[in-house]
Amino acid sequence: MAATKIYVPRETSAVSVGADEVAVAIAREAKKSGVRIELIRNGSWGASWLEPLVEVEVDGVRIAYANVTPDDVAGLFAAGLGGEHDKRLGPVNEIPYLINQDRWTFWRCGLTDPLSLEDFGLHQGFKALEKAFADGPQAILDAVTASGLRGRGGAGFPTGIKWQTVADTEGDQKYIACNADEGDSGTFSDRLLMEGDPLGLIESMAIAGFAVGASRGYIYLRSEYPLTHRILTRALELAREGGWLGEDILGSGFGFDIELHLGAGSYVCGEETAMLESLEGKKGIVRYKPPLPAHEGLFGKPTVVNNVVTLASVPNIVNLGGERYADMGVNRSKGTLAFQLAGNIRRGGLVEKAFGVTVRELIDDYGGGTASGRPVKAVQIGGPLGAYLPAEELDTPLDYEAFTEIGAMIGHGGIVVFDDTADMAQQARFAMEFCAIESCGKCTPCRIGSTRGVEVIDKMIAGDGRDENYDLLVELCDTMEDASLCAMGGMTPYPVRSVLKHFAEDFASSGGK
Amino acid sequence: MRQGIEREAISTIVSEFGGKPELLVQILQAIVTRHGWVPEDAIRQLAFELNLSRADVYGVVNYYHDFRTEAPGKHIVKICQAEACQAMGSRALTAHAHESLGASFHETSDDVTLEPVYCLGNCACAPAIMIDNKTHGRVDASRFDSLVEGLRESG
Repeated sequence: MAATKIYVPRETSAVSVGADEVAVAIAREAKKSGVRIELIRNGSWGASWLEPLVEVEVDGVRIAYANVTPDDVAGLFAAGLGGEHDKRLGPVNEIPYLINQDRWTFWRCGLTDPLSLEDFGLHQGFKALEKAFADGPQAILDAVTASGLRGRGGAGFPTGIKWQTVADTEGDQKYIACNADEGDSGTFSDRLLMEGDPLGLIESMAIAGFAVGASRGYIYLRSEYPLTHRILTRALELAREGGWLGEDILGSGFGFDIELHLGAGSYVCGEETAMLESLEGKKGIVRYKPPLPAHEGLFGKPTVVNNVVTLASVPNIVNLGGERYADMGVNRSKGTLAFQLAGNIRRGGLVEKAFGVTVRELIDDYGGGTASGRPVKAVQIGGPLGAYLPAEELDTPLDYEAFTEIGAMIGHGGIVVFDDTADMAQQARFAMEFCAIESCGKCTPCRIGSTRGVEVIDKMIAGDGRDENYDLLVELCDTMEDASLCAMGGMTPYPVRSVLKHFAEDFASSGGK
Repeated sequence: MRQGIEREAISTIVSEFGGKPELLVQILQAIVTRHGWVPEDAIRQLAFELNLSRADVYGVVNYYHDFRTEAPGKHIVKICQAEACQAMGSRALTAHAHESLGASFHETSDDVTLEPVYCLGNCACAPAIMIDNKTHGRVDASRFDSLVEGLRESG
């Protein structure tokens, strides 16, 4: 009898709640009971609340078991692999949370063994790169432009225009710089993709390199992701061994290689020009723009700077055509976004959906409301620089322009839920405090304004001239927003203003730090 | 003992990165990963070996949170302070950690250094902490205590 395939994710969230211990227990139990198994460490499907999510393949169907602990393992074997058990969910491809998604970019996550070239090849791996070689660079640029894909790091700049600009700029050396400095709280989609489909990212970067004429790529990975670092390091070795990176890939005449760099705990390094400075070995201080990185980027050379998810959306655009991608979504927000449900939510995880879905649908239908069971008080979208939406605004459709209209932003798609016990005055204070900790210090509104912001909010909480200080805080927000060099100082006012607008009463009731 | 890190150890790392000044951040990251911190002497040495000014190297060391300039304890415990974890009680968990370890942030007590971290990307399994480069999720006070207990037992 063939060995039974058992999948246990090797992904940060799964491992953080015991997946490694479960894998060890499964291997031990198989040996003890003489059952032949093949243990596969897949990526995560993104249903984080079910982790560790173990799957057993029976007659080609993968049967899922949720929240498995090492203590459950003997029981799983005793029931017969795939058999009845308290934690059995049934086939993984019937879980509503997963099947009701529009998986364009994350479709291989969870499905495949991330560190198997063979498995990757069985699931369309490198097909898009081969097609790119056949179609030529301009066809790829045209497909990306037609797709309407916009930067998923948060800024939402049209990717096709960026790539075309780099392609059209003269340069003896060009670069692809992948921004994997996923610092926004409430976001983990880059990490999930890099851990679940690292070869897919490598293929995407090679396609970008081919399209714009860049022979070198960099991945700037935050140091808070050590497991991701190990997985990416191995994937890069595999890709080189397989001839998918290096000189003259597949006899195409095109050469491309990728260097993996680690960040060092600076939030601002997620801003593209600060990231370029850091990649050059310097302090991660924001550059003035212009020049744009597309003209003068890394080491002064034309550079495509794209977020992980942006890049990883490209292979299917190449394979299926840009129009197919543009058919999803609404208005000028085309395609899908990998939303991340986080914080106080019952079913947290990744939901890749076409734009236009509302926040409420994501929180209620997918997320199942708060983890605490209490009412939702506020939802922060788009990371620490994103506004706090009150419950009344949750019917806003997720669309870049619709969010701009309500003074909010979608950013990298992180959705952090707070229940009615949250003290929003403290959240406003934290926004300023975080800015003070992370400011690169180059411009005054951000460097000084953030510290003054904390002081003013402290006075308001203490009841010391609350009305005058309210006015002062609004004025400070204006200054930071108008005069900061980048989004760090320029958008820190968003969460602060949203608290002033919707939760001002919390300044009076705040219990202090 | 020369402030903890041998000259040769630093030189080895510099040569692993080809002595390239543009890889300073990577070199420092390797030093911190292997040795835990960046001593003053290492800054002088790096400036010399990479042909940079001491001010350049010091500036970079000082800029990034990861580059500690004081030796940490044997174990490093980081507690996420960012919003998703706040929404799941990280403030209370942090208060518990201060109390149970007898250490504020950036302090070391009984060989455990406590540090804040702003997002571990484990936001759907909050609150999250990191112990010696491994992330743990769904950490309440009792799980925190047993994880720290595990550190003490492993020595």
